[in-house]
Amino acid sequence: MTDVLVVCVLLGLGFGFGTLAERRHYHSIRRREEDLASVMIFSARFPPEPERPRESRLVTGQVVISVDYFKAFLAGLRGLVGGRVTSYEGLLDRARRESILRMKEDARGLAPCKIFNVKLETSSIWKGGGNSLAGVEVLAYGTAVAD
Amino acid sequence: MLLTNLEVVPGRRVVEHLGLVQGSTVRAKHVGKDLVAGIKNVFGGELKFYTELLQESREEAIQRMVAQAEALNANAVLNIRFSTSSIAQGAAELFAYGTAVRLDESP
Repeated sequence: MTDVLVVCVLLGLGFGFGTLAERRHYHSIRRREEDLASVMIFSARFPPEPERPRESRLVTGQVVISVDYFKAFLAGLRGLVGGRVTSYEGLLDRARRESILRMKEDARGLAPCKIFNVKLETSSIWKGGGNSLAGVEVLAYGTAVAD
Repeated sequence: MLLTNLEVVPGRRVVEHLGLVQGSTVRAKHVGKDLVAGIKNVFGGELKFYTELLQESREEAIQRMVAQAEALNANAVLNIRFSTSSIAQGAAELFAYGTAVRLDESP
């Protein structure tokens, strides 16, 4: 009985705080994306040949985001029937956008600039037995070339 | 030392290729922080300790790569790639590699 109660409390906490955290995060992401819209990013491997030497530098951004208990529970249920795991899609979307924003912030020293050859590296940090944590790590990196 | 993940440096010429250089590091945070992360796993949100951990690891991997490049008398590392992998719970490996080159003098 107590077990069920504990799980219910954890689910409630996860739902409440998790939803709040996600909403806040999306709010901050959208605001900063507008602020940093002037830094354009490209996955092109070669920048256009410049007429004069440009300053360039490696820039990186990274973030580790954890899923909340409620979302992990939902994903577990989804695993029974199969299909889109929307609770994890949001997590990955936030992590990618956040790491790109941090990369752009890192490039501020070179502003105005463009970032070329942007790569995104995603990995889950923990995988393992029953009590393992679920989190996602995203590293974004590229080369900022001054305009 | 100029670091870039492009294969060319805009406006500069590669004088000499010096081969692959690499740096790697494996790091872990102490148990207390793992516990905090466990609690955070209920509420969701960013795991700042782990972000810091990865940032430190990345900087160290880059430093080791740069040390190798300096030993080769290079003045730039091109085409840098990162790769991460988890080795055990709470420990992460970060690996950075690239091509050491000598560029012509900057004008």
